[in-house]
Amino acid sequence: MASLKEAAQKNHAENPQKNHAEAMHHERLGGRTQQVFFAPEEAENFTYPQSFEVDYNKRANLDVAELDAKAVNQKIRQLMSEGYGTIVLQNPGAKHSLAVGILNRLNLQIEGSLGYFGCGLIDGPNIRIKGRVGWSCAENMMAGCIVIEKNAGSTFGAALRGGDLVCKGDVGSRTGIDMKGGTIIVGGKTGIFSGFMMQRGRMVVCGNAGKNLGDSMYDGTIYVGGSIESLGVDAVEGEMTELEAAFLKRKLALYGLPCPKSWTKIVSGKQLWNYDNLEPSEKKLVL
Amino acid sequence: MCGIAGLIHKGRQAKIGEQMTQMLTALKHRGPDSTGLALYGAGGDGDYVMRIKFAEQEETLHGFRIAKQIAERKKTVEERLKELGAKNIQPEKAREYAYRYRFAFEGDLRRLANFIEDVEGAEILSLGKALELVKDLGDAQQIATGYALENFEGSHAIGHTRMATESDVDIRSAHPYWAYPFADISVVHNGQLTNYWNSRREMERRGHRFVSNCDSELIAVYIADRLSEGCELEKAMKESIDAFDGVFTYLVATHDSLGMAKDSMAAKPMVLYESDDFTALASEEVAIRSVFPHEIDTVDPYEGEVRVWHH
Repeated sequence: MASLKEAAQKNHAENPQKNHAEAMHHERLGGRTQQVFFAPEEAENFTYPQSFEVDYNKRANLDVAELDAKAVNQKIRQLMSEGYGTIVLQNPGAKHSLAVGILNRLNLQIEGSLGYFGCGLIDGPNIRIKGRVGWSCAENMMAGCIVIEKNAGSTFGAALRGGDLVCKGDVGSRTGIDMKGGTIIVGGKTGIFSGFMMQRGRMVVCGNAGKNLGDSMYDGTIYVGGSIESLGVDAVEGEMTELEAAFLKRKLALYGLPCPKSWTKIVSGKQLWNYDNLEPSEKKLVL
Repeated sequence: MCGIAGLIHKGRQAKIGEQMTQMLTALKHRGPDSTGLALYGAGGDGDYVMRIKFAEQEETLHGFRIAKQIAERKKTVEERLKELGAKNIQPEKAREYAYRYRFAFEGDLRRLANFIEDVEGAEILSLGKALELVKDLGDAQQIATGYALENFEGSHAIGHTRMATESDVDIRSAHPYWAYPFADISVVHNGQLTNYWNSRREMERRGHRFVSNCDSELIAVYIADRLSEGCELEKAMKESIDAFDGVFTYLVATHDSLGMAKDSMAAKPMVLYESDDFTALASEEVAIRSVFPHEIDTVDPYEGEVRVWHH
């Protein structure tokens, strides 16, 4: 069986343009802070030291009406340690900080709404939320998939690093602020300053976008199916390709979302591109 | 940080004292310094209801002659009420330092309010035919119990849990603020107004009074000023978004309406639930869930949004 690295190299060699057009690449930025931490050949090291072997067919129901956030998160961890791969949270009651820090494979179903900071810092689980989520859902999420059936609050997917974060309804302001990877999909509209200081990744908004979209974005791509109230500083319209449109259609179909008839693609104009290009010693010479 | 909440029943009365207490209890973690409720009920069946304090809570703990001073202030206020023509004056003790008065009055409300607040140590918390404003140090449960609010029935209410940032921890700086001297108008606010002092000086030049150094009081005064010029509530709130600098989400209640406004950066949270006969708003959904535990659809209002609901 070919290694992950070999498979990736083969795929890239066969379809370099297609991959690029689908935004399936990432640009290597200059400077010390843009260090690449993971590489495909390290795949075998991707499991966390204290992760658990779970069985998706082993299912547990957890009524959290009377539990606080810490107790709920500890209970999830305990169930994973016992091999439960499917956990159903009942009566979450919009409590804050539920289902955070899950660094494991897990099928988590939340039958209700979450408060602030739900599902933050996760790496790996598939989560389906039947209700709404409050501010800062999936902050710093690294991998996995979250699907929210209703609406979401502001700073949705802040500093997202990987995985798919899907909200089928409307989301608040500053969606994807400082995101560094992964995909945010919004079925409805998004508020002011979405994609603010975005570094990498892609944001897909099927509805309308509010003011200052993509303000000060460094990189990454924003696709909007509806209208855009205004673009932020250094955000410019990019050229939409057929391959990208086909990719978005496939991606939305995956989550049962209708695909808009046309898209507007927003990228960084890179006129503000001064992000740590110089080493401190070089800065001294320039300044 | 502060937590704010509001609710309005359309066309019916309900136990709003209990409901608002539940919502504010759920928001306690956003501000433990003080709690306040502005409740809109049947009031005095056509009479005015005045909520007034004669001292700060802390003064009663450490003052030497405060009990005597409170008695003197109360006596003076009652004399002044009679002097200006108030009839059928019925005082009711809520706390050692806070009273509720019900009276019939047909004269100039501003003159009456000015005359009463001229009494040293007396501060009117609210004055109106529907509004009853209660605020004190402590959490919502303590205040609801202390002021016997749990059976209060009415149509709408706003409330606040305060984390003091820019002014003292005392009743004077607690929310809600009554829009002095306009009957039945109150305000709660979450945020910071960065043009507070400039705007305050402008309002003072226009003859408005401030009792605290809390920036939220400016909103109540601003709304009062605009209403005094004949402006509609919703228009006044829309204009306020440009008039104020900073980050804010605030709620305003009048005798029959509840309004919300959010700044143009949408930097302060607000969650909204609307049904055919009920609307609830709060800084966090967990407060709405305390009244509606079953699954409901909620949304975040957007930047610069102003909404008004009527009873």
